[in-house]
Amino acid sequence: MIWAAVLLGSLGCWVEKFLGYLLPATTLRSPWATRIAAFMPVALLAALVAVQTFATGQSLVLDARVAGLAVAVVALVLRAPFLVVVVVAAVSAALLRAAGWAD
Amino acid sequence: MPHQLSGNESRRISGKALGIGIATGAYGLSFGAISVASGLSALQTQALSLLMFTGASQFALVGVLGAGGGLVAAVLTAWLLGARNGLYALSLAPTLRGSWPQRMGLAHWTIDETTAMALAHPEPLAAQRHAFWRTGLAIYILWNLGTLVGALSAAVLPEPRALGLDAAIPAAFIALLWPRLISRRAWAVAATSAALAIALTPVLRPGLPVLACAFVAIAAAALVKGKSS
Repeated sequence: MIWAAVLLGSLGCWVEKFLGYLLPATTLRSPWATRIAAFMPVALLAALVAVQTFATGQSLVLDARVAGLAVAVVALVLRAPFLVVVVVAAVSAALLRAAGWAD
Repeated sequence: MPHQLSGNESRRISGKALGIGIATGAYGLSFGAISVASGLSALQTQALSLLMFTGASQFALVGVLGAGGGLVAAVLTAWLLGARNGLYALSLAPTLRGSWPQRMGLAHWTIDETTAMALAHPEPLAAQRHAFWRTGLAIYILWNLGTLVGALSAAVLPEPRALGLDAAIPAAFIALLWPRLISRRAWAVAATSAALAIALTPVLRPGLPVLACAFVAIAAAALVKGKSS
């Protein structure tokens, strides 16, 4: 199942890129398509932030991931690079768990 | 001669491309580690970086799979996030498109960073080509190296949860989201999507709440259109 997702996902992502070089330049030039394309990553990434922070399966839980996310936001406000943002989030969640302050 | 690329300009572009490649490699490290912690093998993780080669879609695919979201939800989320690359290709096609094999390679490397570098160096055409291919090469090599090191490290680590790797996943997504929150509209779309995804989590299978938020993007585009016309 995972291999199917990896291969199908990759094929589709490549076809999307390739279509852009095949279609005439006027395709999808409408402001409507451009706006959907701009909003789509924002909507999906925000949804992913929310579920990856608060969901475990179908239940909503508050655990050390919330603290990790808060620390990540602080790091982003301080203009930390990507790897630093991810590492400080993981380390703060790990420390809270090691101290027994969060699940 | 205006149509030629000077040695200086060429080296300057190559240097910038390498810098972007190094930053992306560091981000590849976290992708490799998170993917393995989400349950993919190191080989599957590497296959994603080699074949999919578009970061947000890769993170989304492993995130949805890791959350128990199933094949369809994982693949559709990755495709929806990758659709923007098609629009990048449309904007690069008039100047960069070449022979069929060239277009196939161009397509594979058409991502946020290569598009930004190519569009930042529109003149002369040789500079744009150089910026695209150099950035693509640097990122492709270092993104895959980063993935390899991250995946192999995570594979030998004992317990991902104790190390906070599950907290690294939302951190990676918010870091991808952050530079896109450039307007009040973007903030509104993000807040609405996050709230909708949480509201839908108890009632839909994992993976579907994220997918449902595609409609937030479509609705927002329709609302903006209504306002401006």
